[in-house]
Amino acid sequence: MNSGMTRREALRRGLLGAAAWMVGSRLRLPTWAANLSAPPTAKTKAKAVIQIWMWGGPSHLDTFDPKPEAGRDYCGDLMKPIETNVSGIRIGELLPMLAKQADKYAIIRSMTHGNNGHETASYMVQTGRPAGDRQVYPCAGAVVSLFKGYDAGYKGMIPPYVVLTTPQGRFSEAGFLGPRYKPFVTGGDPSQSRFAVEGIVAQGITDDQQRARRELLHQLDALGQALPSHPQLQVLAKTEDMAYDMILGEGAKVFDLSTEKDEVRQAYGRNRFGQSCLVARRLVEIGVPYVTINYGGWDTHKTHFQIMRQKLPELDRGFATLLQDLYDRGLLESTIVWWSGEFGRTPKVDWPAPWNGGRGHHGKCFSAVVAGGGFKGGQVVGASDERGEDVKDRPVYPCDVIGSMYQLLGIDPHAKLPHPQGLEAHLLPTSAEAKSGGLLTEIM
Amino acid sequence: MLKSSWVTVLWLGAIVAVAPAGTLFEAGPVTAPQNPVDAAVFGQLRKLNLAPANLCSDAVFVRRVYLDVIGTLPTADEAKSFLNDSRLDKRAALIERLLVREEFADYWALKWSDLLRIKAEFPINLWPNAAQAYHRWVRTSIRDHWPYDRFVRELLTASGSNFRVPPANFYRALQSREPAAIAQTVALTFMGTRAENWPKDRLAGMAMFFSQIGYKSTAEWKEEIVFHDSGKATGAVARVAVFPDGKAAPLPPDQDPRVVFAHWLVSPHNPWFTRNIVNRVWSWLLGRGIIHEPDDIRPDNPPVNPELLAVLERELIAAQYDLHHLYRLILNSQTYQLSCIPASSDPKAEAHFAVYPLRWLEAEVLIDALNQITGTTENYSSAIPEPFTYIPEEQRAIALADGSVTSPFLELFGRSPRDTGLEMERPRKPSAAQRLHLLNSSHIRRKLEQGPKMRALTQSRGNTTDQINHLYLTILSRFPTAEERNTVQAYLGSTGSERRGTLTDVAWALVNSPEFLYRH
Repeated sequence: MNSGMTRREALRRGLLGAAAWMVGSRLRLPTWAANLSAPPTAKTKAKAVIQIWMWGGPSHLDTFDPKPEAGRDYCGDLMKPIETNVSGIRIGELLPMLAKQADKYAIIRSMTHGNNGHETASYMVQTGRPAGDRQVYPCAGAVVSLFKGYDAGYKGMIPPYVVLTTPQGRFSEAGFLGPRYKPFVTGGDPSQSRFAVEGIVAQGITDDQQRARRELLHQLDALGQALPSHPQLQVLAKTEDMAYDMILGEGAKVFDLSTEKDEVRQAYGRNRFGQSCLVARRLVEIGVPYVTINYGGWDTHKTHFQIMRQKLPELDRGFATLLQDLYDRGLLESTIVWWSGEFGRTPKVDWPAPWNGGRGHHGKCFSAVVAGGGFKGGQVVGASDERGEDVKDRPVYPCDVIGSMYQLLGIDPHAKLPHPQGLEAHLLPTSAEAKSGGLLTEIM
Repeated sequence: MLKSSWVTVLWLGAIVAVAPAGTLFEAGPVTAPQNPVDAAVFGQLRKLNLAPANLCSDAVFVRRVYLDVIGTLPTADEAKSFLNDSRLDKRAALIERLLVREEFADYWALKWSDLLRIKAEFPINLWPNAAQAYHRWVRTSIRDHWPYDRFVRELLTASGSNFRVPPANFYRALQSREPAAIAQTVALTFMGTRAENWPKDRLAGMAMFFSQIGYKSTAEWKEEIVFHDSGKATGAVARVAVFPDGKAAPLPPDQDPRVVFAHWLVSPHNPWFTRNIVNRVWSWLLGRGIIHEPDDIRPDNPPVNPELLAVLERELIAAQYDLHHLYRLILNSQTYQLSCIPASSDPKAEAHFAVYPLRWLEAEVLIDALNQITGTTENYSSAIPEPFTYIPEEQRAIALADGSVTSPFLELFGRSPRDTGLEMERPRKPSAAQRLHLLNSSHIRRKLEQGPKMRALTQSRGNTTDQINHLYLTILSRFPTAEERNTVQAYLGSTGSERRGTLTDVAWALVNSPEFLYRH
């Protein structure tokens, strides 16, 4: 049996070329390969994206578009917005640390798509596509992993698209591109003493035990021994090698936060979101092109203001420290930080029971924030009306934000996507397919 | 080791091969065909000079037929009693028992729910109670053994409330309600063909049958009525639809055009109708369509074995669309019962069904199997709409109704997204992230170390041989070979740690072996 093992080992070593995390078959490469090798344009500044996904939909009035003049029916007791370090820009009073970073980011106050359903709106914001055209397009993370991941020469041990820490589950993130472009979801909690990244970090199993078990697995693999060169089992063997590279190799060290100074961990906030921001910075530092921090809890239909008082300080600390840390390390100019939810929340507060001061879904007008990677800081794009209910000025649609990010990343916003049925599919909709207010050239 | 010699004996006039002891995956060679499926398959293999694989062993068969027919692993007791059964017709008898199991309805309702896109949320947006009602209707029609033609006719012609007339959801489980988009979905689902590749006017002609579907809401939250809206028939042009075969169909103003279309489609004389379903059932059981992909039937994608396709069509029509007849015919064939060890290295062998193909277990089947062997459960939930939906713990994944109800495991292992109804939507290949999860996640480790069934097994005081036998029967549905027992004994003796941990290691190794992870 041992000689069979050795043959198999030899066979698999031969198979292993450049590491490719996902082993699924490539999709019709020739039709779009040209896009991958296109030389970066003058606008290409960004190498990576950190997406802070505010799932549930954060209130724009209580964060980046305060409207104290609209009164208590709109603002509750959050009536005192604060000045930022950029004169003329005010933000919500619960974001004092972000107020000191306003020179690093641009606020878009005229986001709109008009949809109030979580999943449909999530799809629109993260793909830039209208819903209901019989195709499910990939979200920005899957697109970046297509254009900047293994197909484009990415060699990292960590998959090119990582989600911290729970799956988004809002729609199938890779759309028709298929599972090869799905994100790696870490699981675990980075604010715990050890960040138990699901599958990578197994507490209580030593490396020696890992190796002994693996050998047992090979010895007991009767089917593999009966079918020594079966193509499907070769694919499986390759996934196993990649998995063990993660378990036993150097790559997993990026998740070990014990190497960070205590004051750094403190500065980010000792909570799941804060430490996720720190992990995101570490991932970008080693070259991972797309990291999503899936930050839930913003769907505040009830007791909205109590939740804001609890959550906004956490957001403030993590987000502001991330911007400062990226800047200090010279990473901000090549890293886009994109903060958005699927929509905003109704400006008018629902005071009666059962809501007791809640806010509903509001896709007609909301805010997003972009920083770094070629986006100018200290800017405000567009404006909402006096109550934050409608766009007053310069509507910005999801495709405008995503298209601008693609452009800064050196991805042609109109590039073709490979489609499993060979249908014509482009990254972003044409003007006939969806409304657009134009790319964010004013801040690029 | 496995290519041992064969003993052939004459039994009741048929040549039956008996595998020598120790053979894991194979029994003897195929015999003279007695089933029309085998006549068609082996006849063609002979012409192509391709040798079929040997028949599979009983151990392979019991595991395979459970997984393929009811999406469920045999328990250790079920596997053992089948293996110890000496009756000659035990395979046929097992097939009959499985066809009437409740899990048969669960598993095939899962398959149909993928094709019909039964999902509460984006991009289908059926809404949770409509998804539940629709799934229950599909499952009931399978459990109660409805002929396939009745199933399709009801789906195509139903009118009424999404909550109260479940098949009416067929016209709601769509990303677009444009008549052409509906026609494409109908063509894909029931004709196995992709109408987006048709000439434009042909699709437009078919779309006319679906141009008078109305939708209206009621006073009940999210209730929607699907109905025949004759008000949408405007002008003379709108009164003529064209069947996909090119024949014009005048639409009388008082008649629902969907009924006219269903009358044309649902008929033994319609070549698309029967071909689509027999080809799909074949591909579900054998891993590959006679026309492949099974939902991409077109003139330039011919069947690899036209005679086989014709046999299956004839049989289903003669059985008046009783799908059980088709299952029984295929499952009892030697073709289905071939081993996965190919006799020919010719790449054509798999396409011509000369060998049973390895297939990665579906996400739902895999997690149910892991739960079954460890005695554990999963949490399934949907975060939308609020209030969140939580499913009772003992829920099996193959019986989940709604594609929006999920778990991190199902997300990672890739069930069908139920976006388009295409068969290829369900991922078929493992990824490294999935491998990582099985090898080293706390989720799987907890099941193996703490699952009550696994603990009972690894902590029992019986002798080691019994424990190893039981572990193999539970996980791989077979007894270990002497060589395997020795390997495990050597492993248990070689490590210094406490015994339970090491038997858990053995369970871990078996769960991670391709023999567990693939249909084979």
